[in-house]
Amino acid sequence: MTDTTTDSNVAPASGGISLAEFFRSPAAGAFMGFVVVFVVFAIFGFSRNFLSIPGITTWVNFASLVGIIAIPVGFLMIAGELDISTGAVLPAGAMTVAILCGHYELPVLVGILGALCVGALVGFINGFIVTRTEVPSFIVTLATLFAVAGLTLYLSILFINNTNSFYHAPDWAKALFGGKVFGFNSSVFWWIALVTAFYFFLHKSPKGAWVFALGGDQESARNAGIPVRGLKIGLFMLCSICAAFAGALQVITFNSATSQANFGLIFNTIISVVVGGVLLTGGFGTVMGIVFGVLTLAIVTQAIGFTEIDRNLSFLIIGVMLLIAVLMNDTFRNLATSWSTSKKK
Amino acid sequence: MSDKQPVLELRNVDKSFGPIDVLHEISLKVGEGEVLCLLGDNGAGKSTLIKTLAGVHQPTRGEIIMDGAPTTFSSPREAQERGIATVHQFGGTYPLMSIGHNFFMGVEPTKGFWPFKVYDREKANRIAVEEVQKMGITRITDGDRLVGGLSGGERQSLAIARAVYFGARVLILDEPTAALGVKQAAHVLRIVNEAKRRGLAVIFITHQVMHAMAVGDHFAVLIRGAIAADFRKGDKTREEIADLMAGGESMADLEANIEGYMESHEGHVPPPVH
Ligand SMILES: Nc1ncnc2c1ncn2[C@@H]1O[C@H](COP(=O)(O)OP(=O)(O)O)[C@@H](O)[C@H]1O
Ligand SMILES: [Mg+2]
Repeated sequence: MTDTTTDSNVAPASGGISLAEFFRSPAAGAFMGFVVVFVVFAIFGFSRNFLSIPGITTWVNFASLVGIIAIPVGFLMIAGELDISTGAVLPAGAMTVAILCGHYELPVLVGILGALCVGALVGFINGFIVTRTEVPSFIVTLATLFAVAGLTLYLSILFINNTNSFYHAPDWAKALFGGKVFGFNSSVFWWIALVTAFYFFLHKSPKGAWVFALGGDQESARNAGIPVRGLKIGLFMLCSICAAFAGALQVITFNSATSQANFGLIFNTIISVVVGGVLLTGGFGTVMGIVFGVLTLAIVTQAIGFTEIDRNLSFLIIGVMLLIAVLMNDTFRNLATSWSTSKKK
Repeated sequence: MSDKQPVLELRNVDKSFGPIDVLHEISLKVGEGEVLCLLGDNGAGKSTLIKTLAGVHQPTRGEIIMDGAPTTFSSPREAQERGIATVHQFGGTYPLMSIGHNFFMGVEPTKGFWPFKVYDREKANRIAVEEVQKMGITRITDGDRLVGGLSGGERQSLAIARAVYFGARVLILDEPTAALGVKQAAHVLRIVNEAKRRGLAVIFITHQVMHAMAVGDHFAVLIRGAIAADFRKGDKTREEIADLMAGGESMADLEANIEGYMESHEGHVPPPVH
């Protein structure tokens, strides 16, 4: 151990966060994707009110409900898991509020709490099964998706003999959960608050790193003393609670609820997360990336009517975007994990 | 070693998985500042043995003795708390996370007050880089770099530096050099020596005899779950050890064959045996 003390092959100049590094990160990719889509839509929508208040609020309002769910879905993907039961938990949450408050006339907070409990329970079941068995979370949550969807329909018929329900919240609750400020729904402000909290948790709090560790190498995470099971169950619960909360916001905003499963939501959340730069294989992702992913998806699917672009092209754009995002994410991963080999002479 | 109390000792340990007996009457010991090399071919039971030491498996029979007292490790966590650190082949690291995060995974330093306690990135990065440099890896200067960008040897070094920093007394390395090139392997071997110099008891698993010879004080050869040979540095030559690992005379026979062939064929080697 005397020789080669100075094999300093000149470490790559890595002074803090360089601009080049920022542009290599998937969050930056999501941001640039958003900017490109926004600019293109603004150009084609200039004469069709894309930049008007209704033009903007349409997609921002849509984004807020998807976004409240997409971030915890993204957490799960970072942790190496998938949750598609959200498509059933959102209507279950909405129907819980509508039945408890609309039909049985209980206080609105009881209804919301009930919805959150339904979410917590479904999330716990998802997490419990995933952590105790070898069944992939895709299959587990596919099963709970159908189970919860079926149960919601069955119980709706049982309690109110109808698959749809109506509920008018009292004024204060309407203002807080389903009001409008300059055309922006309350859910937008809830989303902003949740994004702040989620950002703090994932990127600032000491426990955020544990989520990445789950997706990076679960065995090492366990050996490092991270409560793998508890954390995973917690993330599944967070995801379902957020889906149920979005359901509650929806019913208070639109005064009606349906027990039909929302299969579109599943695709929307997962597309947003992937377009937002979260690696499908887990271990990497950012909250701000997901936010831009959600906003991009919302523009393409909701605001296309405010532009001269043919409405039918929106799915095509989504598909192409998704492919580009996956390829970019892969490139990022390869760059990040092959640094040493590429810098070798 | 005979005078000092070993840090960790196995006495007649058997390990079976249901009907499959993997380890047979293993007795080993390792003391402070000593490197025990565990040699053995693939499937000999090396990984099973170290998993038993690290609390992943519990012995079916026999006992584990730490600092002279019989012990059981019911979980990897418990073994770790007692100072047994295991570094796996790929360093047990998270490639898409920073050096600082990897170093402090599970024990993140924080600053600020609840509920706004935040991960202290500067502190984590600074300590991680310092500790790795102390182990002789001077190329690592930026704690924000992703571990995926490090070479295999640097990753091993990071994991070893981490174990040393968090007060490990026994360092178990499972084939740390298996996937590395010559230079990288030399790096890791140097760090093993550094850990030894700092008084850690090191258990070094490998099937590369040269690597074992470079750092080992004490050698144990595992064949089909049993200790086939147990000797100290200088007692045996490299060829003898390779023979033992291969399970007897076959290696010597092969070499004799090759040498004979080369002598009669002007220095050319024979075609490989199929
Ligand atoms: N959990 C287990 N259940 C049954 N057999 C096992 C288990 N773990 C290891 N073995 C068997 O024990 C033997 C030794 O394996 P291992 O310890 O991994 O060897 P090595 O690390 O020396 O290559 C192998 O034959 C393997 O099949
Ligand atoms: Mg092995």
